[in-house]
Amino acid sequence: MGELKHVTLEGGASGTSGFATTKLDALLAWARKWSLFKYPFVTACCGMEFMALTSPRFDGSARFGAEAPRFSPRQSDLLWVVGTISQRQAPVLKRIYEQMMEPKWVLAFGTCASCGGFYDNYTTVPGIDKIIPCDVYVPGCPPRPEAVLDGLMLLQDKITKNATGDRRPGIVKPREDPVRDLVQLRKKDSSREGEA
Amino acid sequence: MEPLDLDLDENELELPSEPMHLNMGPSHPAMHGTVRIVLELSGETIVKSDVQIGYLHRGFEKMCERGTWTQVFPYVDRLNYVSPMLNNVGYALAVEKLCDVQVPDRCQWYRMILGELARISDHLTCNGAMAMELGAFTPFLWYIKAREMVWDILEEETGARLTHSFGRIGGMAAPPTPALKDMCREALPAILKLVEEGEGMLLKNRIFIDRLENIGKISGPEAIALSWTGPCLRSTGVAYDVRKAHPYLKYDEVDFDVPVGTCGDNMDRFLVRLGELRQSARIILQACERMADDGPVNVDDPRIVLPPKQDVYTTIEGTIQHFKLVMEGAKVPKGEVYSYTEGGNGELGFYLVSDGTGTPWRVRIRPPCFPITQGLSDLINGAMLSDIVPTFGSLNMIGGECDH
Amino acid sequence: MSVRALEALKSKFGDAVIETHSDFGDDTAVVRAESWKEICRFLRDDPAMAFDMLVDLCGVDYPDRVPRFEVVLHLYSISKRHRLRLKARVGDAEGDGAEIDSVAHIWIGSNWFERETYDLMGISFKGHPDLRRILMYPEFEGHPLRKDYPANKTQPLVPYRTEAEAGLPLEKLAPFGIDEGMPFGRKVWRTERGES
Repeated sequence: MGELKHVTLEGGASGTSGFATTKLDALLAWARKWSLFKYPFVTACCGMEFMALTSPRFDGSARFGAEAPRFSPRQSDLLWVVGTISQRQAPVLKRIYEQMMEPKWVLAFGTCASCGGFYDNYTTVPGIDKIIPCDVYVPGCPPRPEAVLDGLMLLQDKITKNATGDRRPGIVKPREDPVRDLVQLRKKDSSREGEA
Repeated sequence: MEPLDLDLDENELELPSEPMHLNMGPSHPAMHGTVRIVLELSGETIVKSDVQIGYLHRGFEKMCERGTWTQVFPYVDRLNYVSPMLNNVGYALAVEKLCDVQVPDRCQWYRMILGELARISDHLTCNGAMAMELGAFTPFLWYIKAREMVWDILEEETGARLTHSFGRIGGMAAPPTPALKDMCREALPAILKLVEEGEGMLLKNRIFIDRLENIGKISGPEAIALSWTGPCLRSTGVAYDVRKAHPYLKYDEVDFDVPVGTCGDNMDRFLVRLGELRQSARIILQACERMADDGPVNVDDPRIVLPPKQDVYTTIEGTIQHFKLVMEGAKVPKGEVYSYTEGGNGELGFYLVSDGTGTPWRVRIRPPCFPITQGLSDLINGAMLSDIVPTFGSLNMIGGECDH
Repeated sequence: MSVRALEALKSKFGDAVIETHSDFGDDTAVVRAESWKEICRFLRDDPAMAFDMLVDLCGVDYPDRVPRFEVVLHLYSISKRHRLRLKARVGDAEGDGAEIDSVAHIWIGSNWFERETYDLMGISFKGHPDLRRILMYPEFEGHPLRKDYPANKTQPLVPYRTEAEAGLPLEKLAPFGIDEGMPFGRKVWRTERGES
């Protein structure tokens, strides 16, 4: 079973360790990560998977304490950017991000929010990190709810470890490399054929 | 000097009043994604409204001109993203009309089954979201649970829960799995039971009825003039359903009714969608009876369908055919065609212009919810602010389709 | 089948109807742009035609032809169940002078369709009650669906963040260049400057 792959976090930008240095910081980080109030900035198809994520089958928020969606940026601390952001929507997104209060995190749900997806055209912003800083990228078109749960847990990890302010983003990747497994399988098959 | 406790009529007081401008959206919980409504309010009543769409414009038509005919399928999926299979089928039928081929029977039944499953998913989402926006959170969760059952079947068949990209010109990407019929027969009664439970919670609820009945009324001739189609038009009493009026695939060989409303208000639209859901379940069960268990799914035309992988790796003709189809695209004959099917929201049309090469010259989608959203202004002018929520919810505007 | 519609049009409007065909089962009539309004009114009001629903109105760009644009109107009659496609050609080689009468007073539903055609193609509709952009933002310059507008020419409303601001590399390079790794085979209409 592989571990959650994410960007290594030791050594922050300022040169200090990325871990919480005081018990108070650790306590605050614990409290923040288990009570994220989300602002679902839902635009497109990923919104359907977002709805499925909040449904009882995947329960992607209640068990993390992140169930309450707050549709006001003043009252939320996690901005979920769900779906494609068009150039027309970009000022709206930026304004909402600016209206949120620190500490705040951003989760890019889906490929269109992470990098523009396959809409390489005049009207799509190629990734929300061109406009606002982003903490976790969850690729997928749309990502499976399990991938988004991975993203939430990755974000919680980052909140714990980034108490000093290192904001390098993480990307959700599959736990096991499917190509590596396929290659192993082929090797096993060919070795068996060689014997037979 | 007049006594100060004389009752003054409001009109006699010369208080200056101006209408208030309020902006709803584009990021708003009840805006189904991304629509901005600029309202001019007088108290709680809406005097004027300006519905501004375009916040999800993704340049679908321009992107289609940059790839091949088959590369359009993923884009088409993301148009009406709550019922992607219907868009796939509609586009595939349009290109096949231009190429003048007809897919085998088994594929037609298969397309019908997947299409109707997508329609069930669309109506579940629309009704669930509308109920949630009025405060009824539980039926939404039940409907999403029912939708998960539909998505499980679609995942087993196509590999993806939401954006399948499963249609191909001349057939489908893969034949039906052996488990399809059993899965449908098991899941549909469970889905209908959940729908009934949700109905039981909503339809006799005083609050729900008061918020939906006689709100957002529109008459049949007005709706036709506004180019409405689909459940919104049928709720006004006009019985126009593309599957009955101009049958395609095998819709003329199955038995189903078309629910029609009476007065075109929000309640009628809600009920028409529930009725259509049940009819879709009927169609799926009949199609499961009729679909053959073996036989070709793709049409046997090497100019548009990819050869089996075995041939690609062993014969030279297969390799060349595969190469040409993937690199250059299927050479669709020159001309233009308009092909229409019944999408989740109404008449989903594709107007294709081909210049004879593998790249489309123009792919125009006629989105059913584009004219429907146009009518939103007329529906909410004169209504109260809180009436926008159920009215907009009942129109089922899907951003990806409206803004294409 | 509305071949009767085509016959009726030809007999009533004579040489305003340039050509008709019924390829692929769709009855089509190409008419002169000057008689657009008259013909549309006839098609809606005449009891034998009764085209009470406007299904679609769009524009198609043929840059190698003069007139350059084609305004395509699809009509449907609910009572008689027949369809018709009406086309008219407008615009010169540069794309200017593309004007045609609006049918917004004949079919109310054409309001937004004409706005969209104006927005994406640049065809103006004379007499339209509210001709402004609908899908693109008002600050956008140009008409994106024209063949000479490069597909990935963006006009961002919010200036993109720079790497200095973000502290991280922001460029996510596409795996291929502008021809997507396939400089042969597919023919995509190219602009004069050689961009696709």
